[in-house]
Amino acid sequence: MNAENQAFQPQPVQSYSPREFHRQAHDALGNPQIRGNFRKAMDGLMTKRRDSFEGWDLETLRELGANIRMRALAKLPDLLEQLETNCQANGIRVHWAEDGEEACRIIREICEAHDAKSVIKGKSMVSEEMHLNAHLEAAGIEALESDLGEYLVQLNEQTPSHIIMPAIHLNTDEISEILHEKTGTERTRDVDYMTAAARQQLRERFMAADVGVSGVNFAVAETGTLCLVENEGNGRMTTTVPPVHIAVTGIEKVVEHLRDVPPLYSLLTRSATGQHVTTYFNMINSPRKEGEYDGPKEVHLVLVDSGRSSIYQDNELLDTLRCIRCGACMNHCPVYTRVGGHAYGTTYPGPIGSILSPHMMGLEETRDLPTASSLCGACGEVCPVKIPIPDLLVRLRREAVGEGRGNVPGAGVKRTRKEAAAWKGFQWMATHPGVWRSGTAVVGKLKAMMPAKLGAWTEYRTAPKPAGRTLHALVKQHQADKPSVDTPDKEQR
Amino acid sequence: MSARNAILKRLRERADGPLVAPECDFAVVTGRGWSPDERLARFERWITSVHGEVVHTTRDDWGDALARVLADKGVRRLALGREHPVAVEARLALANAEVELVDVDRDIEDWQQEQFERVDAGLTSVGGAIAETGSLWLWPTPDEPRLISLVPSIHVAVLDAETIEDTFFDVMERHDWARGMPTNALLISGPSKTADIEQTLAYGVHGPRELVVLVRHVDADTEESL
Repeated sequence: MNAENQAFQPQPVQSYSPREFHRQAHDALGNPQIRGNFRKAMDGLMTKRRDSFEGWDLETLRELGANIRMRALAKLPDLLEQLETNCQANGIRVHWAEDGEEACRIIREICEAHDAKSVIKGKSMVSEEMHLNAHLEAAGIEALESDLGEYLVQLNEQTPSHIIMPAIHLNTDEISEILHEKTGTERTRDVDYMTAAARQQLRERFMAADVGVSGVNFAVAETGTLCLVENEGNGRMTTTVPPVHIAVTGIEKVVEHLRDVPPLYSLLTRSATGQHVTTYFNMINSPRKEGEYDGPKEVHLVLVDSGRSSIYQDNELLDTLRCIRCGACMNHCPVYTRVGGHAYGTTYPGPIGSILSPHMMGLEETRDLPTASSLCGACGEVCPVKIPIPDLLVRLRREAVGEGRGNVPGAGVKRTRKEAAAWKGFQWMATHPGVWRSGTAVVGKLKAMMPAKLGAWTEYRTAPKPAGRTLHALVKQHQADKPSVDTPDKEQR
Repeated sequence: MSARNAILKRLRERADGPLVAPECDFAVVTGRGWSPDERLARFERWITSVHGEVVHTTRDDWGDALARVLADKGVRRLALGREHPVAVEARLALANAEVELVDVDRDIEDWQQEQFERVDAGLTSVGGAIAETGSLWLWPTPDEPRLISLVPSIHVAVLDAETIEDTFFDVMERHDWARGMPTNALLISGPSKTADIEQTLAYGVHGPRELVVLVRHVDADTEESL
């Protein structure tokens, strides 16, 4: 084995955990490199997105995108069966997995059946979600990422920090250093040189790979078509060069008709990177047919549930499944922009990750994520399929303190008797005007006794100081002074 | 119960009851109403904005244009089909050129290394193009396999100007793609690119470094005689 190969030996991936969100966020906030890298990237992406929708009736297009996704979800079980039937008719083998572990096992078994030693991967967030690389490597199968960003992140023994741009947390100098360290290229700021080096390194790997693993952007039930969106060509390489192609996707990625694809594709590329179109839109319908000279001889589709069917049960949570994974919500999120993707400690960072991860990992693990938002609303406003992300964040906060429907794993994990009692007391007071008035009057009198430290509240804020006179008292005084101004004129109303 | 049946059962027995599918109005992705000139202008503007090159030529003279492009780019070995009229005419036009023609009607397993390392360019026909995004659409065939538009450093595509349509949606609908899809259908919009290194655009990452579109126009003379 030569030196280059050794760089790709399995390495423990640098680990972040959603349990450590506060610490990780704190560390990231104090890291000027991370702050600068994300700020620059997100500012650029926001501008590009805005420009790319110029001249479009964006609201009508978003409405269409949302309706297409809702129609697909409304018919989901039927469409999955139709997809399976049509894929099978086309010669694609379809597998179903309850969770990531089962999906990993299915993929490993396909690899083993072909005695595969080397797997080349196109970008797939579902494969990240189920930690496919680690699983394959444990079985002695090398899994190499071929998307340039994913490749760099893998070389650096990290995980992606953004669902579309995996290496967005790294700047040119860091990438130059990684390539130099791990592959022996020259240290340089020349992006073309580094790209060409990666091209050379990966072309060897495409030729040698036994199996290609990709994700799926849209799976079309009507025709049994797997659609892949990409710029680099690594997706086409992954799905065309190796003798076996395995596509892995979540069960929610299905759409009903082929005609549903163009609007979603338009929304996806513009929302993600502000591109009017990507370089390649790759629609795969079957393995190599008799008489054809290239393409994989076997194509497999692995449909993964991993908590999706449980999200599906609830009318409000269901909207989460509309997502087409563009990443616009993170690009526009003031929290994500400041703490970066790794701080979340989950495969899907940012707002979409905060409403998706609790279902996959449970609220015990992810209790802090729904609160990693100022509820400014930007994510909901830019979402190409109109997912009400802020509402879902609030819903998950309620679930975490046991005030929801209990439909999320780990619901109620943040509930404390003290807090629950405090809110109950507040509710009682606020709904009894007499008690409220006398209570607030007393608090006003005793304001000097208000403690300066109030636990977590005062970690980042100053303690609230009750006013000497209540609002009620002030309004009463105001009305007494100028009675005519505030008298509503019923005729005009 | 198998994973399949368990998943489908959960989806069918949805706790909050059955869902109603909303209507979808596709008007926003069709009905652009562009003239042929506008379509061509838009196609050219978009594809050149992502480093695609456009060479205007005619139905009669395009072989010369092809030869010039290949000579300019120093292409010595060109992979191309045999049966498609584009390939037939190209083979004729290049008969005396200093370009070695590489046959592609053989299993990739037999010449993978050669294709990756010793083919300078691939020539393909296209099904048509999309004005709104500057995209070519291709349905690769055994005559023009999938990899010749991907592996060689230069992809030369031959497009007839009158086959440019307004939108992706229009192409799908007019050509009734839903009735039967090929093994692989592709949209190609420029040479391969990446922005994974600090958002800096670089071309030619895994696929072609250059995409040249030979746009064939019907000759003015031919048009008059028709």
